[in-house]
Amino acid sequence: MALNADELAEISRLARREPQPHGAAIEALRAVQRRRGWISDETLGEVAQVLGMTADELDSVATFYNLIFRRPVGRHVVLVCDSVSCWIMGCDELRGGLETRLGIAPGQTTPDGRFTLLPIVCLGACDHAPALMIDGDLHGDLDPAKLDRLLEDYR
Amino acid sequence: MEMTVQISIDGRAVTVAAGDNLLRACLSLGYDLPYFCWHPALGSVGACRQCAVKQIHGDGDRRSGRIVMACMTPVAEGMRIAIADPEARAFRAGVIEWLMTNHPHDCPVCPEGGECHLQDMTVMTGHVRRRYRFTKRTFRNQYLGPFLQHEMNRCIACYRCVRFYRDYAGGRDFDVFATHRDVYFGRHADGVLDSEFAGNLAEICPTGVFTDKPLETDYARKWDLRGAPSLCVHCGLGCNTTVNARAGRLRRVLNRYHPAVNGYFLCDRGRFGHGFTTSGQRLRAPLLRGRPVPPDQALARISDILAQGTAIGIGSPRASLEANFALRHLVGPANFHLGLPAAEARQMAAIRRITAGPVTIAPISEAERADAVLVLGEDLPNTAPRLALALRQAVREGSFVFAETLGIPRWHEAAVRTAAQPVRSPLIVATPAATRLDDVAARAARLAPDDIARLGFAIAHALDGGAPAVPGLPADLAALAEDAARALAEAHRPLVVTGTGCASSAVIEAAANITLALHRRGRPGARFHPVVPACNSQGLALMGGRSLDDALAALAAGTAETLIALETDLYRCAAAADVDTALAAARHVIVLDQVRTPTTDRADIILPAAAFAEADGTLVSNEGRAQRFVQAFVPAGAIRESWRWLRDAGIAAGRPDFAGWTGLDEVTAACAHHLPDMAAIVGAAPPASFRIAGARIAREPSRTSGRTALAAEISVHEAKPPDDPDTPLAFTMEGYYGPMPPALLPYAWAPGWNSVQAINKFQQEVGGDLLGGPPGCRLIEPRPDATASYGGGVPAAFAARAGQWLIVPMHEVFGSDELSRLAPAVAERVPAPYLALADGDAARLGLGEGDAVILELAGASLSLTARIGLGLPGGLAGLFPALPALPAWGIVAKGSALA
Amino acid sequence: MRERPLTRNIRPGRPPPDLAATLRVGGYQAARRALTRMDPAAVIAEVAASGLRGRGGAGFPTGRKWSLLPKAEDRRPRVLVVNADEMEPGTFKDRLLLEGDPHQIIEGALISAFAIGAGTATIFLRAEYTLAAQALAAAIAEAEAGGWLGRDILGSGFSLELRLHVSAGRYICGEETALLSSLEGRRAIPRAKPPYPAASGLWGDPTVVNNVETIANVPHIVANGAEWFRGLARGADGGTKIYGASGRVKRPGAWELPMGTTIREIVEDHAGGMRAGYRLRGLLPGGASTDFLLAEHLDVAMDFASVEKAGSRLGTGTMIILDDRTCPVAMVHNLERFFARESCGWCTPCRDGLPWVERILAAIEAGDGQPDDLALLAWHTQALGPGRTFCAHAPGAMEPLQSGLKHFRADFERHIAEGGCPWK
Ligand SMILES: Cc1cc2nc3c(=O)[nH]c(=O)nc-3n(C[C@H](O)[C@H](O)[C@H](O)COP(=O)(O)O)c2cc1C
Ligand code: SF4
Ligand code: FES
Repeated sequence: MALNADELAEISRLARREPQPHGAAIEALRAVQRRRGWISDETLGEVAQVLGMTADELDSVATFYNLIFRRPVGRHVVLVCDSVSCWIMGCDELRGGLETRLGIAPGQTTPDGRFTLLPIVCLGACDHAPALMIDGDLHGDLDPAKLDRLLEDYR
Repeated sequence: MEMTVQISIDGRAVTVAAGDNLLRACLSLGYDLPYFCWHPALGSVGACRQCAVKQIHGDGDRRSGRIVMACMTPVAEGMRIAIADPEARAFRAGVIEWLMTNHPHDCPVCPEGGECHLQDMTVMTGHVRRRYRFTKRTFRNQYLGPFLQHEMNRCIACYRCVRFYRDYAGGRDFDVFATHRDVYFGRHADGVLDSEFAGNLAEICPTGVFTDKPLETDYARKWDLRGAPSLCVHCGLGCNTTVNARAGRLRRVLNRYHPAVNGYFLCDRGRFGHGFTTSGQRLRAPLLRGRPVPPDQALARISDILAQGTAIGIGSPRASLEANFALRHLVGPANFHLGLPAAEARQMAAIRRITAGPVTIAPISEAERADAVLVLGEDLPNTAPRLALALRQAVREGSFVFAETLGIPRWHEAAVRTAAQPVRSPLIVATPAATRLDDVAARAARLAPDDIARLGFAIAHALDGGAPAVPGLPADLAALAEDAARALAEAHRPLVVTGTGCASSAVIEAAANITLALHRRGRPGARFHPVVPACNSQGLALMGGRSLDDALAALAAGTAETLIALETDLYRCAAAADVDTALAAARHVIVLDQVRTPTTDRADIILPAAAFAEADGTLVSNEGRAQRFVQAFVPAGAIRESWRWLRDAGIAAGRPDFAGWTGLDEVTAACAHHLPDMAAIVGAAPPASFRIAGARIAREPSRTSGRTALAAEISVHEAKPPDDPDTPLAFTMEGYYGPMPPALLPYAWAPGWNSVQAINKFQQEVGGDLLGGPPGCRLIEPRPDATASYGGGVPAAFAARAGQWLIVPMHEVFGSDELSRLAPAVAERVPAPYLALADGDAARLGLGEGDAVILELAGASLSLTARIGLGLPGGLAGLFPALPALPAWGIVAKGSALA
Repeated sequence: MRERPLTRNIRPGRPPPDLAATLRVGGYQAARRALTRMDPAAVIAEVAASGLRGRGGAGFPTGRKWSLLPKAEDRRPRVLVVNADEMEPGTFKDRLLLEGDPHQIIEGALISAFAIGAGTATIFLRAEYTLAAQALAAAIAEAEAGGWLGRDILGSGFSLELRLHVSAGRYICGEETALLSSLEGRRAIPRAKPPYPAASGLWGDPTVVNNVETIANVPHIVANGAEWFRGLARGADGGTKIYGASGRVKRPGAWELPMGTTIREIVEDHAGGMRAGYRLRGLLPGGASTDFLLAEHLDVAMDFASVEKAGSRLGTGTMIILDDRTCPVAMVHNLERFFARESCGWCTPCRDGLPWVERILAAIEAGDGQPDDLALLAWHTQALGPGRTFCAHAPGAMEPLQSGLKHFRADFERHIAEGGCPWK
């Protein structure tokens, strides 16, 4: 699916304000991912072209950052903090709960395409550990028992 | 005078170059300090942490010291460092231990084994015992094209490959992916690596991630390979190579460091073009009317022929001076002709006029340091790739100067790149079509050859009003001329590059005017570089001879009965019809060559000529540097060096003057004697009589194995090794190996240094001059007081013609060179014949990229594919492969010729 | 009442003050003062005199950092970068400031940019701080509309373009030079120092990188003077500090307190002490890359020098508490897994050493430890130390390991001897 006019306009705008267009690489990828959920090879190639980069160059950048998704993700991305404070407060159990409820391991997407489960570094919510983030919404003070209700909100 | 500082290393006081980094200083002094990410041509980035030493503070003991990375530490007066410090040692061993946690230890099946920098550094650090007991990470490999094998599991993530491929060579289809210990070096997707310098990865990679793929089909270990110092024969630059052979077959070509020429790098044409020597086109036996005959029979026949009447010779820009001279001597100077197309001969003459002037020809090393460069008419990445690579570095000159103002030394690679992101020295390229150097050019103009010449004349005029002006120059070109003139005038080391690439002597004349104008403006640092097509074009031009047209005319008119053509395919030099006529008229056609060509197909007698690795001889490069190439092995069959065939023919014909030519030295000396311009060539390398400690130099390393087993199915005895009357090298492992004149260095090897980086031990300082001085000798030096005057042949502006196109030559790094294209690996990279058209012209003809197109040219009709997007000006079309008679007007139409 | 300048406008759970509200409580008055009544050198002098030290972890004196920029003859544009990449495990102090009072950051950036002569400033924000991103974007828009950003601010002739850059993940982006690589659209690989960002930073231009909390202090120093600022603190370092505590304390959280407040006060008074049934066994005083301290260190003042004297670092000032029912080996393993995963992959010791460390710890925790493992770990704490790796990531990773090995050695040994984790 080719980049649409809206995406092209945003990438060009981002590129214009940089001393060199490739300076906008990360923001451009984020902008496209915001709309498409992930960055396919085809999308990557097109963004690269707009930025005057080769696919190799842009992929080198894209694969560095853990929040640029180079594989399809579900409708909702669940980022489970596995850093130290959350670990102390039981993130392993929380993740275990998610795994059983969703029937997937970290890195996987539910067969219905609803959730992708990923580990994440400290979310800066250590005062509400264990915490997770779904689509940018932070949820703290969790335990496995609270998961059912929480997931309900994400259809 | 170079500034130096005193430092102490392990308690020893030493003097090192000021401004250097510690690693290079230590290596130059001969210390064995291990390293990976550093490379003399790539600078320091401090990634691998292998070069750790202890820096001791004040006059304290070693406890007051701290570990520093030698490559990232500038030397400073009074600095005290310890390489032998136990803590530094343990850390260095630790670095290897870390690298080994993921390395597969597959040395026995790894092609790099035995010449692996990682092996060397492992031994050097003393790491022997593995403590890591967990799983290793593993990767999938990629298909990268015909030149390189990829084995990522061996990677130690030194980042050299990306730094070379991208930062140094400008390739953009290769990169590093992912993070932490998963970093992956390769392409975004499987596919052929674009860069014509990709092959250098085989040498740049310190272990076996990127290896020479053609070698792997006919593999031998370094210690089993016989080596010889050789030269690349695939363009005019004269890059120094090491050729490796075993069991009578040439196996690979490696870079041979030359500080002024190729430094550490070759292009892939040079590295992989050698495959022509084992290709199906190879000639191995004398042929009499297509029938193999013993050499004596062929020679007897030739002696009969020579007795019958006048023979004329056509020499070759891809044959050695000795071979050309032998032919000239056999047929007599009056009957010696240059195997150059008429137009090329005119261009070579134009180049002669500049080189006879007051401006020095830049060796590649000086081109690399030029601070303003003008390229007129030359598609360098395709016609002189190694020079293009140098200019890619020259563009960075300004950034080094800028970084220096911030106190950042030149070797601090990443910091220079960061600090000087927008700063570039000017490179101005004017060519008919886009070039792969344009991405770093300040200006890239697409012009017809005549307009390139006009631009050049205008630049000269802008530099010096005394140079002829260009009437009617359009405003944009006039402005470009002003800019270019200013850039050149403001530079300390301006460089003008031109050559035969766009087949225009006017372009060269214009470049001549610019060099002269720079000289008149008092620019002693100004340099010039002429790009010529073949490995001995300059040598042949210096030798001199009549034109090819004369030869063809003489044959056609019957004033000469016999033609002896030396290593040349006449069909690449003149219109087919003219060659056909001349060959049909000749009574006897004798051709010496390495491979079958359309010309050998018309010959009565074919003599199989030795290829570069099978022969010795002297070649003269673009730069005017005479260099010697040395035979690596004696080929099977009746193959002989061309000069030997010609000598033997002379002897067979009863010519007493040939009897004295017992070895190469006598031929070289005769050539030097008869041709004053060549007097110096005897000094290009030591003579055959040269001995070190009474011994010849061994071509084979002492560890060569299985030499009595090599032909055990035929004989269990070792055959008597061949004698070498031509060079001071022996074909066996018996002989000397150690410090020696670099022109003789058969391979680089030193205790503890088995990889190509052993060259460190043969340099005065790492990355600097060779011990024993640079090989070869320059035959063309400037004449500062030459009373050169400006040329005035300003052509008229290019005018497009309705319904016709001016066809200009297009060059391809893989495909334009006659011999390398026969190498199977290179053949895979040769594009299909094409016609490049201006976008607008293509649109008008209804042509898209890759469409079939017919070109009517000089009465012939060629079926080609269309290429667009190369920026050609309207009315111009570029033909690949080029024909000898270009530029010429042709007619272009959509479609393909009748099937 | 105790002064808490940084958080005075912050009402947890409520939206941050908008521009009007900010102006009502005296916001941007420091900026007005700086831009209209002071020259840049005076601002730098005031900040230097205040004793403000960077709140990003390393504690470099801010005034000194600013004065390292090249002299005026250097015509290159200067750049200010606000480091809001907060990803240090256990750290959540910048989020408080970013979400709670974005105008304070903008004002701080404005004054700091004025001081160093930067015409552009960028806030580098980690991706997961979505609320902060919204708050900052809204505040920047308001400030632009209100004439507090943009061309010729307050008619002073000073112009500032302030940008928000939202990152795409990776802890190493917080390292200031990696951050600059990332801002250039590259892989976030750190850069060699020297040259420091002051000499060659973003796109090669002279650059200052400061932490969010550092920047937030600047308006208050300008408004109230260095003397006042020094007076806020209990020790030698000036100002207040946002301290935090997480782990099994009763009330995990973050509080603005005088610099030099003791650990005990933070843990017992503010965090409410340990939860019932748990005892404090140790703590990382300032995030994941600081050394463990023990219960015996409770009376150490949380300022740069005191924590260092106790054998650790103030770091980010947000402490992670290890209780007596949590396995210290597993905790160190968790930390090292983080560091191994977040290595940028540039230098050998970090790239290949940390995964090894992580696997050894995993093996010990799983009961597969071997007697030599502790020596190997100890060797790594040396070999991945400062100066040996390319940046401070791996040395930071070694701090909890080396102190863990020291303080909890018996636990490590028991794991190996018993072939398993005694806590399981
Ligand atoms: C691995 C690593 C990660 C870092 N992450 C952050 C960070 O997230 N936020 C931050 O302000 N500083 C971080 N720092 C420190 C910065 O490099 C830098 O010192 C700081 O931003 C300077 O600001 P300051 O002087 O105001 O403290 C990190 C350092 C390292 C080595
Ligand atoms: S210590 Fe080395 S590999 Fe680790 S993050 Fe720093 S530079 Fe990258
Ligand atoms: S050679 Fe010095 S760090 Fe790699």
